[in-house]
Amino acid sequence: MSETRSLRKQSIPSLLEKLEQNGQRIIAPQPAGPSGTPWFTDLDRERHIDLEQMTAVSPKSGLFPVVEEILRFRKDGKQVVIEGDKVKVQPTVLFGLRPCDARGLRILESIFQEGEPDVFLRERRAATTVVAFSCTAADPDCFCTSVGGGPGDTEGSDLLLSAIDDDHFLVEIVTPKGKELVELGAGLFEPAKESEQTKVLAAVPVRFPIADVLTKLPALFNLESFWQEQSLACLGCSTCAFVCPICSCFDLEDEADLKCGSRLRCWDSCGQRLFTLHASGHNPRSVQSQRWRQRVMHKFSYLPERGRKARGSAPAEGSTSLLGCVGCGRCSRSCPVDMNLIERLTAIAESDL
Amino acid sequence: MAETVRRTSGQTVVNDMEALRQRARELLDAGTVQVIIGYANGSNRRVRPFFARRPEDLERLILDDRCVLNLAVYLRKPEVKALGKAAVIATPPLLRSILQLAAENHYQESEAVFLALDSAGNVLELSSAEQIAGVLGSLPGSTGQDACVPSADRMPALSAGSTDRQARFAFWKQEFERCIRCYACRAACPMCYCEQCLVDSNQPQWIPVAAHSIGNLEWHISRAMHLAGRCVNCGACSEACPAGIPLNLVNQFLADRIQQEFGQKAGTSAKLDYALSVFSGSDRETFIK
Repeated sequence: MSETRSLRKQSIPSLLEKLEQNGQRIIAPQPAGPSGTPWFTDLDRERHIDLEQMTAVSPKSGLFPVVEEILRFRKDGKQVVIEGDKVKVQPTVLFGLRPCDARGLRILESIFQEGEPDVFLRERRAATTVVAFSCTAADPDCFCTSVGGGPGDTEGSDLLLSAIDDDHFLVEIVTPKGKELVELGAGLFEPAKESEQTKVLAAVPVRFPIADVLTKLPALFNLESFWQEQSLACLGCSTCAFVCPICSCFDLEDEADLKCGSRLRCWDSCGQRLFTLHASGHNPRSVQSQRWRQRVMHKFSYLPERGRKARGSAPAEGSTSLLGCVGCGRCSRSCPVDMNLIERLTAIAESDL
Repeated sequence: MAETVRRTSGQTVVNDMEALRQRARELLDAGTVQVIIGYANGSNRRVRPFFARRPEDLERLILDDRCVLNLAVYLRKPEVKALGKAAVIATPPLLRSILQLAAENHYQESEAVFLALDSAGNVLELSSAEQIAGVLGSLPGSTGQDACVPSADRMPALSAGSTDRQARFAFWKQEFERCIRCYACRAACPMCYCEQCLVDSNQPQWIPVAAHSIGNLEWHISRAMHLAGRCVNCGACSEACPAGIPLNLVNQFLADRIQQEFGQKAGTSAKLDYALSVFSGSDRETFIK
């Protein structure tokens, strides 16, 4: 195990205060709106951080904002001047993530660093410290353990806090950045005793054999009736993509007047009809079942395949190292027509083609 | 819990569900319809839309107060249309949508069959707008606030009667900040049937696509205005919103204003002119005369 410390639960507010005094922006899950569902937002005065309920939307906006200005342009006589070589980011702590969310950020990073590295995401990640908390409870939509993760997984976190009893967290220092944060909170962290190393973790059963999903998907591609049946109820609403910690498709939009403007990167989704609509009017994914197939194939076939090629090595059978899914279950919870992902992946694993 | 039907009195009746299934079975057997669109128990205490094509599927049909998603959206989905003619298990909000769709020439006579329960537990088989209009008012749950839907009663500051415009604006500004522009509200709305939505047009770009404050405000104002006098307050938009924004309250506000100003209400008749585009000599405004 990595270097560890012990932190009292009651020291959390003091830790946050110290981080703020140090100029860190803190983003944490806090209740929002009439329903009070937690939402990742800048820490407000109330400081009601909700670590119990899962947020409806993942914390990916911490690295990949819903809207991001990537360049500005203006007319200067007959010239067009482009300004956009500087990325402005503030040192930020993403606080109160779950291990699946932290792992999702890792995958998001590898997607954006493929080919020409994305400077915006890279700069943001460099300025961000991820503080995750191990899960002590899971619900039936959770399936991290089926896709290579786990309730006490450290991947993607800089610091991982795990409950060891009602009053203490075991703090695992996963990266040098995590270590810096511990140093900022000097005085609050104590050495972890031998007896304080056992994390209280949720039991998350393996829900389906992922190796079978990965093996069977390529042959299912052309079985239209299969995808139609899976997505008969799909409204094409894209909620699944927008709440997902890994979905990373975006749309570039120019907002401009006659003199100047800016180019914005906005979240988008392959579930929308417009996503693949050509200027000619032709749409290669003309019906919702094809869009649903794309969603599943991208996460469980194309991404692992690309990861394999990038590494240039033959993968271990059923390798989960670059799946487009961390099993957080948000898509299943948010889907207005209950298109449960565990159920659909199980059907894929059990298909006999 | 599975086999319950909500009544205005709050009682639940298991036999009524059996009667609905029986009528659905007859329709499938006779070949009158090829699919029954209804609700079934889904995963983890949720309900889901269900498409029964074989008599044995019908056992899974349920109807209770969790069934808020408006099934009318499926009447326009190509994959569902391809299954053949449909019978739809109908709730009052769904029937209101059908009436409004008929008023806008987006529901053709006998396009589908609607199976509803009256207050005595009898199954009504409806397929024309006239039939629906004739019975709608007497159906259980057809009056008052529909359960599950965020209600202005719970947020007095937001009701149409409140004059505190600043408080209302502050509330909505804060709510719309959470909008991520997934357009689930649009996808779940039976009245949002446009082949090309105004937000999908980029020449010209009517409203910003980006999910920043102005973009979100413009989208929600546009959505509300396009539904003014057309929304039947089924609540499917709020149900679908992953950010939990009580969107239907905006629509409800406008519906109340339309009723005050023009004396009409969407979803009550298949012969309803669009309040905001029809000129009448008796209009109170004088600017056009």
